[in-house]
Amino acid sequence: MAKPKVAFYWCASCGGCEESIVDLAEDILKVVEAVEFVFWPVAMDFKVKDVEALLDGEIAVSFINGSIRTGEQEHMAKLLRRKSGLVVAYGACAHIGGIPGLANFFNHDSIFDYVYHKSPSVSNPGGVTPQLKTSVEQGELTLPEFYDTVYTLDQVIDVDYYLPGCAPPPDLIMKAVEAILSGNLPPKGTVLAPDKSLCDTCKRKTTKPDKAVIKEIRRVHEVLLDPERCFLDQGVICLGPATRDGCGERCINANMPCRGCFGPTSRVEDQGAKFLSALASIIDIDDEPEIEKIMNSIADPAGIFNFYSMPASMLRRKISV
Amino acid sequence: MCTGRIDPQFVMKAFESGADGVLILGCHPGDCHYKEGNYKALRRFHLLKRMLKQFGIEEERFRLDWVSASEAEKFVEVINDMVKKVKALGPIKKNPPVPFSEEKASGDIKVEAHG
Repeated sequence: MAKPKVAFYWCASCGGCEESIVDLAEDILKVVEAVEFVFWPVAMDFKVKDVEALLDGEIAVSFINGSIRTGEQEHMAKLLRRKSGLVVAYGACAHIGGIPGLANFFNHDSIFDYVYHKSPSVSNPGGVTPQLKTSVEQGELTLPEFYDTVYTLDQVIDVDYYLPGCAPPPDLIMKAVEAILSGNLPPKGTVLAPDKSLCDTCKRKTTKPDKAVIKEIRRVHEVLLDPERCFLDQGVICLGPATRDGCGERCINANMPCRGCFGPTSRVEDQGAKFLSALASIIDIDDEPEIEKIMNSIADPAGIFNFYSMPASMLRRKISV
Repeated sequence: MCTGRIDPQFVMKAFESGADGVLILGCHPGDCHYKEGNYKALRRFHLLKRMLKQFGIEEERFRLDWVSASEAEKFVEVINDMVKKVKALGPIKKNPPVPFSEEKASGDIKVEAHG
């Protein structure tokens, strides 16, 4: 029997998701044995025309990582969608927008203005910015369009499953691959990870505040962190209460608070707003001017509460930049 | 409902659905049947107000005030004031639609962008 065809593609991402496949270690041999890679630009020499030459639906599953920010990424996502039976949004950026999604506090013009003109490390005396079309002697050169907004994969194409994480951990990847190969799949749209909050399995759970305790909010570099005690109890922002479990608590074990890369559980629509709610309820201050003072001490609430989830938040982006 | 039950997601949802302003009116601090509800609301309000500002939503579009059941006059006053301020600001300016490179239909996108 022919092996199922698999594609692996990256859009607006850092390469960490590609790395996570290599991190499967020996298990990668099982994957290679069971499937046929038909497209994986970062690791193997395939061209877009190879994908175009396939029949619609011929690829059994495409794993697409990264958010959608340019016209090229949109085009590739749509092409792979047409050629694939299943599409899995692989990793935080494809799932909920990820770090590139923080660009939704800006737009095309403000980003280009900073990157090509105002950034202190830029020397651009000619004031050159990338153009969609440039005529040179040899012909016309083109660049993909850079959108105002960063999108999650499912805002651009239909997505069957989500594999969360920055990057997804090996155990969840293998479980997902096994489920796909055996056809033993959950309902469409499922996030392939446990559906409870990170705090539920966190080993620091016993010290998690169940009533208002925080008098001061501190950033990680301002405090010597107790490796046993709940971060929130130490006045340090940890997105655990609003984040899905299943990551293996890599950050917590390294004594760093959660930044929410797994996205929210299925019962939460807006991870940032949900975390805001949780944090405000454990702040032990009732006096209004003092409340304002502690809230103002959080440097960038929208950015930190939506660290990974800005494009998936209800408002998706900053309204009119 | 008790202001302490107001999930910040409700406020986000209202703005997402096209509201130009959100007004939360609750019992005065100290008057809470559940003792703590309105203090919780007050803390959420101040943090949410900051976050909404970062999303580009002007401060005057989101307000929390205390009006008890017997304060008809204050109720009228607060509502009128809120309506006046939101009218002065006008509708929230959403970004124009995205110029996607290809057929939009298959992507089912109804978003903003390029401005």
